[in-house]
Amino acid sequence: MAIVVSRELSWLDRIYLPGIFKGMWVTFKHLFRRKFTMQYPEKRWTFPEGFRGVPALVKDDNGRTKCVACYMCQFVCPPRAIAITAGELGGGNVEKYPEQFEINMLRCIYCGLCEEVCPEQAIFLMKDYEVAGTKRSDLIFDKEKLLEIGGVRPDPIMKWAHK
Amino acid sequence: MGLIEGRFESNIITTSVDQIFNWARKSALWPMSFGLACCAIEMMATVASRYDIDRFGAGVFRATPRQSDVMIVAGTVCEKMAPVIKRLYDQMPDPKWVISMGACATCGGPFPTYSTMQGVDRIVPVDVYIPGCPPRPEALLHGILRLQDKIDKMTIARRS
Repeated sequence: MAIVVSRELSWLDRIYLPGIFKGMWVTFKHLFRRKFTMQYPEKRWTFPEGFRGVPALVKDDNGRTKCVACYMCQFVCPPRAIAITAGELGGGNVEKYPEQFEINMLRCIYCGLCEEVCPEQAIFLMKDYEVAGTKRSDLIFDKEKLLEIGGVRPDPIMKWAHK
Repeated sequence: MGLIEGRFESNIITTSVDQIFNWARKSALWPMSFGLACCAIEMMATVASRYDIDRFGAGVFRATPRQSDVMIVAGTVCEKMAPVIKRLYDQMPDPKWVISMGACATCGGPFPTYSTMQGVDRIVPVDVYIPGCPPRPEALLHGILRLQDKIDKMTIARRS
């Protein structure tokens, strides 16, 4: 079996200069190319439709929380980031509402399974992703915070309206 | 720094010194090149030309803790890695900061198991938590900006 033997260097190879100039020429050419850097805090990426940011609760047109505390998202959540405490409503179409709804954003992996599994379309993944905090407690979002992020989403079904 | 820290009341000299020190510290945050899992890939993307962490002075990744200011814990911290991280943190010179990047580093993320440390803040004090799995490069840059804000509030004066 043949073995690889290193080539004898010529005079030009031994002074290294052609190699250096070749490399510098590549660097020089790149000076006039298009600039790739995105000036981040000033300029932002425009996200595609399916981008998954922080999950948040939404309200319907009448300003009611759409979540009915069915625990589906808490059950399906892979890192167990969601914690719900249900409260009971008297009568009507809807029996339960979330008394507390906490999402631990530190633990959340933004997989979107909660959005996918939600039967009431009450939880959505938003486009926000800049949620860095200096304290652990800053990043456990309660119901008010989640509703604030989520905002209002029009819902043609209006389940709350019918008795 | 340890000699003059916390020795004076807050006055015009300490505030001026603070301004210079904090400006210098926040403009040259040298991170330690230290990646544990997939978040490290996003960290590399942040260093690359598209996001260019060097615009914030935090691009000089040092290969030794002795020369670095900030440790970016990027990835799952398993129990076996924990003593290594603790040692690396102890080897860093003061003042030092820790950024916990991603769900795994901050609280175990999707691994609530015996082998994964449930949060790197159990062994080292964390300054900025960045959620995400993994966080986008912008999110890491945002975290670094938050850390710079935090450094801006540092003072050598005695705290009352």
